[in-house]
Amino acid sequence: MRFTLNRRDLLKASLGAFWAGPVEGRSRVVISRDSALRAAGATPDEKRVLNLLDRALQACFDSDTPVDAWKQVVRPGETVGLKVNGLAGRGTASTSVRLVEAVCERLQQAGVPAKQIVVWDRLTSDLESAGFHDGSLGARVRCIGNDEAGYEDELAVFGRAGSLMSRTLTRTCDAVINLPVLKDHGIAGVTMALKNLFGAIHNPNKYHGNVGDPYVADVYMLPPIRQKVRLTICDAMTAQYEGGPSYMPQWSWPFNGLLVSRDPVALDYIGWQIIEKKRAEKGLPSLRALQREPTWIATAADARHRLGANDPKRIDRVEV
Amino acid sequence: MDRREFLQSAALPSLAVLAAGRAAAAADSDAPFTVEARHYEKLANRKIRCKLCPRECVIDDRERGYCGVRENRGGAYYTLVHSRICAAHIDPMEKKPFFHFAPGTLAFSVATAGCNVNCRMCQNWDISQVRPEQVRATRISPRDLAQLARQYRCPSIAYTYSEPVVFYEYVIDAARAARAVGVKNVVVTGGFIQEDPLRELCGYVDAVKVDLKGITEKFYKDVVNGELKPVLNALVTLRRQKMWTEIVYLVIPTLNDSDQEFRDLARWVRSELGTDVPLHFSRFHPEYLLKNLPVTPLATLERAKAAADAEGLHYVYLGNVPGHPAESTYCPKCRRVVVERAGLTVQSIHLRKGKCQYCGQSIPGIWEV
Repeated sequence: MRFTLNRRDLLKASLGAFWAGPVEGRSRVVISRDSALRAAGATPDEKRVLNLLDRALQACFDSDTPVDAWKQVVRPGETVGLKVNGLAGRGTASTSVRLVEAVCERLQQAGVPAKQIVVWDRLTSDLESAGFHDGSLGARVRCIGNDEAGYEDELAVFGRAGSLMSRTLTRTCDAVINLPVLKDHGIAGVTMALKNLFGAIHNPNKYHGNVGDPYVADVYMLPPIRQKVRLTICDAMTAQYEGGPSYMPQWSWPFNGLLVSRDPVALDYIGWQIIEKKRAEKGLPSLRALQREPTWIATAADARHRLGANDPKRIDRVEV
Repeated sequence: MDRREFLQSAALPSLAVLAAGRAAAAADSDAPFTVEARHYEKLANRKIRCKLCPRECVIDDRERGYCGVRENRGGAYYTLVHSRICAAHIDPMEKKPFFHFAPGTLAFSVATAGCNVNCRMCQNWDISQVRPEQVRATRISPRDLAQLARQYRCPSIAYTYSEPVVFYEYVIDAARAARAVGVKNVVVTGGFIQEDPLRELCGYVDAVKVDLKGITEKFYKDVVNGELKPVLNALVTLRRQKMWTEIVYLVIPTLNDSDQEFRDLARWVRSELGTDVPLHFSRFHPEYLLKNLPVTPLATLERAKAAADAEGLHYVYLGNVPGHPAESTYCPKCRRVVVERAGLTVQSIHLRKGKCQYCGQSIPGIWEV
């Protein structure tokens, strides 16, 4: 089964575009922050994380209530995958369990039963080291790595990318919420929305050449990814401006925020600027000077990909 | 191959699959296959730089290199595929192909997962382009491999199918064990390896076949996801190490099949390696990411051979065209057939102590093992 668009796929893709929001026109990236996020200690406060998420979602969807916002992302009864980033272990530069708990709570209020929420990443061991295992998010939310769920047998192909797709993505999930972390990447420059989907394929190690360009954009174009990812919620509570993707405490800082957008390219562009600003503050050279400027962000926006906007004139940066 | 050998070779795949099934169930962990890598350097902040292949991946803690089979664990670098065999078959030596090394004998042929390039025409991508945990495998220790080769009456072990460079440590250990029991070792590789590890490898193996996939950097960049220059350097190193070497050039319609490329290839071989290095032009079949291209026309292969013959190379062959006269070896002096082949079968050998039985011309190769 090679993934090519037939009539049914086209209809699905159109529906996906409705949910995910059109990438033509203006894109909105919401940044919600809370300087008192960890007033009680190193771990973000549960209620404040939920509040941070609610403010971001409402601003992103112009909604009066958080649940109304979520209802613009998912439909009752759908199976929703939460693609986290668990590579760096718990409490570090991985997606926060607190954030995922908050997302699960709101999804259930929007009509998605707990048993139809699936937290997934490349390896079950990565998920476990980041604090995600069956039972950690309530009795019925499942946590599963691609190594357990397996991959499709046939290649999905776009441009320079040819990969086997995670069965969790292709067979289990109707929709995916992308939950990356705001951080530097030693090869690809940065890793946030687009690159986090390397966790959906069997061969990410093949796609780090040339700073990941065009591979990051090409992988995101693979139909199961493009059709199912509806929203990115980037965990920037602890961000990292150097030394990633492994956790390096000396180069991490408490940004105490989330970046939320329906446009993964715009989110990556804004996130990249945040990292560059922090690097400059710390006296570090720019990513361009280090020959790891994430040029794949522009590639993702080009006429061949059209995954979103990288032109700051077309991006509304909304801070709440 | 006689009837008994054929039956043995037919039985082996099922044996291997059964063994792999057991191993897959038992070995959820990488632990039995994890051995520290031989060629890398430690960097600051628990990073490492791999020094095995010219890519020189700089790898963070808990990450893997391009090959997908080597992992940084806390600042030390490990292969995850030592003894982790995902393919084992008994093949004729001609299938590798080696035409000037032990003709008519069998090679116990093994592979692990992984590769350090990503050729868009790869015929074995289902094992070469996956991570070790994504393919069924069984544990065959170096000593067991040597014993299996003897048990199945294979004078040689071939490290092949995927890319032996990425299971380098296993090749070294297995080759050492094989030599101890009188079994030879041959390597089938893309030649994308640094000089130091290659020189070390030459101390343990008996012959190397290099897939020279193109003769331009553009082809290597666009189709192979690698570089040409290090492969050419590796071929020169092999010659300096006096390693028996044969070259295969897979001819892919529209991508590497121009007269200029055939001439450039033959001229480079003649000037850097000499006229006695066997050069095999092999027919492409559409596979993996190049399913849009046709099978190589026979006329194209014959054009390639004519170009190489015209440059004075003595042993130019055509591959994947069973029954073609260019499968056989001809004496460059008297032009008689000295090794007659049909497909992968050797029909007759007319050599005496490595010389043409008709005119006495020395024919380069390792004819007896």
